Amino acid sequence: MIYVVIVFLWTAILLYILLGGADFGAGIIELLTSDKNKERTRKTMYKAIGPIWEANHMWLIIAVVILFVGFPKIYTTVSIYLHIPLVGMLLGIIARGTAFVFRNYDAVEDDMQKVYTPIFVYSSLITPFFLGIIAASAVSGRIDPQANDFLSAYVFSWLNWFSVAVGIFTVSICAFLATIFIIGQTTEKEDRNHFIRKARRIIFIVMFCGALVFLAAYFEQIPLIHWIFGDIPGLIAIIAASISLVLMFFVLERDKPILLRLLAGFQVTMILFAATYSHFPDILLLKDGANLSLLTHQGQAKTIETLGYALLIGSIFILPALVYLIYIFQKKTNVETDH
Amino acid sequence: MDDFLAARLQMAFSLGFHIVFACIGMVMPFFMSLAHFYWLKTKKKVYRDVTKAWSAGVAIFFATGAVSGTVLSFELGLLWPKFMEHAGPIFGMPFSLEGTAFFIEAIALGFYLYGWNRLNPWFHWATGVVVGISGLLSGILVVAANAWMNSPAGFDYIDGQYLNIDPVKAMFNDAWFSQALHMTVAAFVSTGFAVAGVHALMILKGKNVAFHSMAFRIAAIFATVFACLQPLSGDISAKDVAKRQPAKLAAMEAHFHTERNAPLIIGGIPDTARKTVDYAIRIPGLLSFMTTGDFNGEVKGLDSVPKADHPPVAVTHYAFQIMVGLGMAMVGLSLLYFLALWKKKLWLRSTWLLKLFVVATPMGFIALEAGWTVTEVGRQPWIIHGVMRTADAVTPMPGIAYSFYLFTAVYISLAVIVSLLLYRQITMVGKLYNSSSEVPKS
Repeated sequence: MIYVVIVFLWTAILLYILLGGADFGAGIIELLTSDKNKERTRKTMYKAIGPIWEANHMWLIIAVVILFVGFPKIYTTVSIYLHIPLVGMLLGIIARGTAFVFRNYDAVEDDMQKVYTPIFVYSSLITPFFLGIIAASAVSGRIDPQANDFLSAYVFSWLNWFSVAVGIFTVSICAFLATIFIIGQTTEKEDRNHFIRKARRIIFIVMFCGALVFLAAYFEQIPLIHWIFGDIPGLIAIIAASISLVLMFFVLERDKPILLRLLAGFQVTMILFAATYSHFPDILLLKDGANLSLLTHQGQAKTIETLGYALLIGSIFILPALVYLIYIFQKKTNVETDH
Repeated sequence: MDDFLAARLQMAFSLGFHIVFACIGMVMPFFMSLAHFYWLKTKKKVYRDVTKAWSAGVAIFFATGAVSGTVLSFELGLLWPKFMEHAGPIFGMPFSLEGTAFFIEAIALGFYLYGWNRLNPWFHWATGVVVGISGLLSGILVVAANAWMNSPAGFDYIDGQYLNIDPVKAMFNDAWFSQALHMTVAAFVSTGFAVAGVHALMILKGKNVAFHSMAFRIAAIFATVFACLQPLSGDISAKDVAKRQPAKLAAMEAHFHTERNAPLIIGGIPDTARKTVDYAIRIPGLLSFMTTGDFNGEVKGLDSVPKADHPPVAVTHYAFQIMVGLGMAMVGLSLLYFLALWKKKLWLRSTWLLKLFVVATPMGFIALEAGWTVTEVGRQPWIIHGVMRTADAVTPMPGIAYSFYLFTAVYISLAVIVSLLLYRQITMVGKLYNSSSEVPKS
């Protein structure tokens, strides 16, 4: 049952990066779009994202619940030593979630929109940035439960070049996912070409940010290269991601939005796989080498068993409903655009 | 500010903020679905307009409730890591089920809000009902987790170790039913009175009277029926607390000494040093009767537990008085309303009854916050009753006071913006939904 729980945890994180990430990306793109295209970008984006908006962010809750029920020691260690970036992420989540709804449901369109929109776009940027920092800090081995002073216990646990680089990389991934998503939502050729050009640029930005991560890892003496290329499955994942990236350049020009999205999703999945595989079952690397592992730090057998069943039963309800939600609104949007 | 106090205050603010949004988010969908049902049945446009207006409210409150709930799921660890390390695996069952219920709610809300003219009308209506039901389930599950802190079950605590964990037993602990029942009814009462009060005010102002009257009628019937049920569930809760947490009941009642024929103490100022309550009204024997069913029954006082395990008496006592007082006021108003509906139809057209509803607008929510204060403060000094102290659970990170200031500022700003949004939604009703002027077709 423990493996069922771990698969759910990993999948919830992946889906949060993919779906929540595309959502964050929508805000980031809005920030990067010139004023004349802003309104159009926004409309195209939210017609599609609106109905599934709330659901996208539920994956984070699922992941957190799995952590604190099944792996309490891991959850509490992260909570204590990564308190500050977690608060940063939470502020982003609050600001973003509310600003999005507020700007759609304000009955009067006036200067308050000028308040909601900046809050929305900037929080779209900081939330994945802190998410990236938290993820990187989990594996950068700087968390030190033996530390005596405030800075080394609660600040240097996460503040280093590697974490910052991963934070930036995460932001670029979100922008990438959103751009690829939006190409399929465009109704006019001009819009489509606009976003295809944008997608090309963003792919280069992502690759640049990825290179930054490796550079930062080198400076911080984190054996990232060894982790990623050290074992066969990780290596295969990276090669597969690279091939699909090349494929993507060919597909971009053609009108194959679904294939494009699948390729983008595949790449991010492979990156997450490569990043997590080499540590598995460890999930939290501590400074003194006493790593926290999903297998040795799991809850008692009965807890894991009921958690596993709860997740399995839950997914019977959630997945079909979610798929139907996405299907029906995608279909309806497409039908509407045909007329 | 002391870090421990800051952590407690931050948690209290976060919960106090979240609970308002959570309640509205789980109850308003029922109001909305009822109005929607009438629209589908009668095709009177005013019902559709009320439905749409309320669904905008649901969207705003759900989103705010969802993010504040997400924050709470992290705050449990950020503020109380030592509690979560042990409690997580035991009381996690309701949380993992709640994750599903909440997810379903979000999906159903997506269907509902964007489904107008896109889905089969009755399927669309059903998704609204699912929003309500799954919201209600989420609420019940989270309360079951809270109940576990009052009534720990499903594990053996041996030499500081938490052994033989049984998450199912933990979920169905002794307190879950009485707490969940009391809370669910409270959610209907507080949301009902808040919504009814707002619409009553708009009727008094003479704006879009047809629209607001329709909305008022739906909200008021929920509010009043549930308000009259609440004392019954309160009675179940009080008897339960008396049995399981005598110190909490003693603090609620400022009942210092164990005695038979114990009086019910109403109001007054508790003095913990002299162990008396000044200026209080005492009804002899009533407390014994209410908790044991016998006027001569023994009620444990604060002296039955060691001094170190006493909860703060004054706060718990005042909060309890506020909750019961407001609860009774709402029962009174509900009875007047029933009388108006059955015998005195004229009252329905008078302004004084509506004015009373306007006065009652915040009462439910104040009572709700007071009730949670009783539950949470009355449980102190324990975070897990009788097992772990709150002071032992707090995070080792210093500087929590700053985090408290930060989150307080965020919650206050959010409250201001949400109020502004609601004000605008309500004042714009005439422009957004101009059904009041239309004559319903056949």
